[in-house]
Amino acid sequence: MKSFTTTLAAAAVALTLAAPARAEPVTVGMITTLTGGGAGLGIDVRDGFMLAVKQAGNKDLNVFIEDDQRKPDVAVQLADKMIQENKVDVLTGIIWSNLAMAVVPAAVGQGKFYLSPNAGPSALAGKGCDKNYFNVAWQNDNLHEAAGAYANTTGYKKAFILAPNYPAGKDALTGFKRFFKGEVAGELYTQLGQTDYAAEIAQIKASGADTVFFFLPGGMGIAFTKQYAQSEVGLPLIGPAFSFDQGILGAVGEAALGVKNTSQWNKDIDNETNKAFVESFQAEYGRLPSLYASQGFDTANLLLSAMAKASVKDADAFRAALEAADFKSTRGAFKFGSNHHPVQDIYVREVVKEGDVITNKIIGTALKDHADAYAAECKM
Amino acid sequence: MSGALFAEQLLNGLQFGVMLFVMAAGLTLVFGVMGLINLAHGSLYMLGAFACAAVAAATGSFVLGLAASLAAAAIAGVLVETLIIRHLYARDHLDQVIATFALILVFTEGTRWAFGSFPLYLNLPDALSGSVSLPGGITYPLFRLLIIGVGLAIAAGLFLLVNRTRLGMRIRAGESDREMIAALGVDIGRLYTIVFALGAALAGLAGALVGSVQAVQIGMGEPVLILAFVVIVVGGIGSITGAFVGAILVGVTDTLGRFLLPQAFGLIMDASSATSVGSALASMLIYVLMALVLVFRPTGLFGKPA
Repeated sequence: MKSFTTTLAAAAVALTLAAPARAEPVTVGMITTLTGGGAGLGIDVRDGFMLAVKQAGNKDLNVFIEDDQRKPDVAVQLADKMIQENKVDVLTGIIWSNLAMAVVPAAVGQGKFYLSPNAGPSALAGKGCDKNYFNVAWQNDNLHEAAGAYANTTGYKKAFILAPNYPAGKDALTGFKRFFKGEVAGELYTQLGQTDYAAEIAQIKASGADTVFFFLPGGMGIAFTKQYAQSEVGLPLIGPAFSFDQGILGAVGEAALGVKNTSQWNKDIDNETNKAFVESFQAEYGRLPSLYASQGFDTANLLLSAMAKASVKDADAFRAALEAADFKSTRGAFKFGSNHHPVQDIYVREVVKEGDVITNKIIGTALKDHADAYAAECKM
Repeated sequence: MSGALFAEQLLNGLQFGVMLFVMAAGLTLVFGVMGLINLAHGSLYMLGAFACAAVAAATGSFVLGLAASLAAAAIAGVLVETLIIRHLYARDHLDQVIATFALILVFTEGTRWAFGSFPLYLNLPDALSGSVSLPGGITYPLFRLLIIGVGLAIAAGLFLLVNRTRLGMRIRAGESDREMIAALGVDIGRLYTIVFALGAALAGLAGALVGSVQAVQIGMGEPVLILAFVVIVVGGIGSITGAFVGAILVGVTDTLGRFLLPQAFGLIMDASSATSVGSALASMLIYVLMALVLVFRPTGLFGKPA
C-alpha cells in the first residue's frame, strides 16, 4: 500500500513538472499619495487598480503600496527601496508631475517598467520619452487642448484664462491657447494653493470676456467655483475634468451645475467594461468612481494583459505586449501612440444633478483620436 | 482700469485682511501672554471648518454649524492646552515648535480618520449668497461684506476685552510679568487655559467662515498659518492692535499686488510674460513688506522694544 501512495505522489509530481511552466510572477510597486492634501486622487487610483487586481484573481501579481505624501524626496526614497528590497519589476501610481519627474527617469534607467496612471509631463512625452515608460492616462496638455477646441465649436470669441503659477499651470494655458482660435481677453497666473479668488473674479467681471477657462485642481477649484457662483458673474465656465471629478463635486455642490469640462473618461461611456467597472467600484467602495479611479483600473488591466502574453523577465516581449494594449479599457478602444501615450477621444462633460448626486454627463466629443503635441520629438 | 474695479479690489483686500486678523489674533495672544509658538493654530482653523461642515450637513443649519465650529475649536483648545501645551511653557521655543508640529500631524490624520480624504461640502445658506449693489456701481458678494462686518466686530470686541475688562487686565499683566501676577494671587494656569481657548475659538470661527466660501479639506490650515505669522511679525508680536493693522496691511498689499503688478508689467512687456512675472512678484510682496517693516522697526509696527 505504501508503495502505491509513493507512486501516486511521484506521478503527481511528474504531472506538475510536465504541465506548462507557470507564468512568471510580477511584482508591482505602487507609489501614490495617500495622506495630506490631494490624497483623494491617490486613493482613487489605488482603489481602481486594486479592484482590477482583485477581479483578475491572478496569484502571480504582487503589489506593494506606499504613500509618497506628495513629496518628491519621499517618492524617490520609496522607489529606491522598492527596486532594491522588494525587487519590483514594474512601478506605478504617481499622481503629480513633479514627483513623476523625480522618479521615472531613474526607474526606467534601471530597466524597470513604469506605467503612469495619472501624471503625464511633457518632458516624458517628448525628448525625455523612454521605451519602458507608458502613460495610461493622458499627456498633461490633452484635456486643456480639448477645452480650447470645445470653446471654438461653441463659438466663444473672447476667453479669460487662469491657472496656478507652476509648470502644469503653464502647460494648461499653453494647451488651451494651442487650440483656441478666439482672442484671450485676460490671462492670469494665481498662486499655487491660493484659496481666495476675489481679486481674480473682479478682473474677470471687468474683462469683457464671453467665457472663462480655468485649471485649478483640488481645493483651489472648489474655492474658485464656489466664489465664482456667489459673485454672479454669469459667464460660462470651461475647465479640464480635474476641478470636476467625483471626489470634488460633492464639496462644490450646486455651484458647479452646468459647468462644461473635458475628460477622456466618464461613468456613462457606453461599453460593457465601463458599466461593470462603475457598478463593481460602487459595490466595493460605496462611492462613485472618478476619472482617477478609471485610470488606475485601466493601468492594472493593461499590466494583466501583458502578463498573460509574456514573461516580465523577457523585457522586449513584455514591452511589445504592453504596446499592443490588448485589454478592455473603460474608455472603449484604447491604443498607444509612438511615444507610449494614449491616442484617444476626449469628451465634453456637463455637471448635472442625478437625483441627489451631483455628477457629470457626456454631452459631446471635443477631439477624436487625439494624440499629444510632443510625440514627434520622441526618439526611442 | 475703472474706479469701481479698484474700489472692489480694496474691499477684497479689506475682507482678506479682517479674516487674517481673526486668525492672527489668537496666535498673537497666545504668544504674547504665554510666550508659546503654536504651530497647531492652523489645525484648530481646520477643525472649526470641519465641525461647521459636519453640523451644517447634519442639521441643515449654517448658524448651528458656526456655533459648533466655535465650540469644537474651544474644546480642542482646552484639551490641548491642559494635556500638552501646559508642559511646554518652561521649555525653549524649539521644543514648543516640535511638539506643536507633532500636533499638526495628529490633527491632520485624526481628521482624515474621522471624515475621510475627500473635501467636505459646506455652502452658504441662500439668504447669505448672492451679491448686493453698492454705491459707485460695485456689485459685491453679500457674504464677503458679512465677513468684513464680523471681523470688525471681533476686532472691536477683543479691543474692549483686553483694554476694558478685568480679564483683559490680567492678560496684559501676564504679558508684562507673569511671575508677578502669579505672586499676586491670580490663577495663572486658568488664565492661560482661557486665553488659549479664546484663540482657538477664533481660529475655529475663521475656519468655518472661510471654509464656506473656499474648500473644507485636510491641510487647509497650514497656508493660512504662514500668513498669520507674517501678520503678527509685521504688527509686533503680542499686540492685538498690531495684529489688526498688520492684517489689513498684508491683506490689502497682497490683493492689490496680485491685481496691479501684472498690469504694471503689461506696460513694458507682452501680456503672457507680464502675468507670469507679475504674479510671481505679487506672491513675494507680503514677504518684502515684512522684511521692510523689520528693517525699520525690528520688533514690528506695534511691538514693544526689546
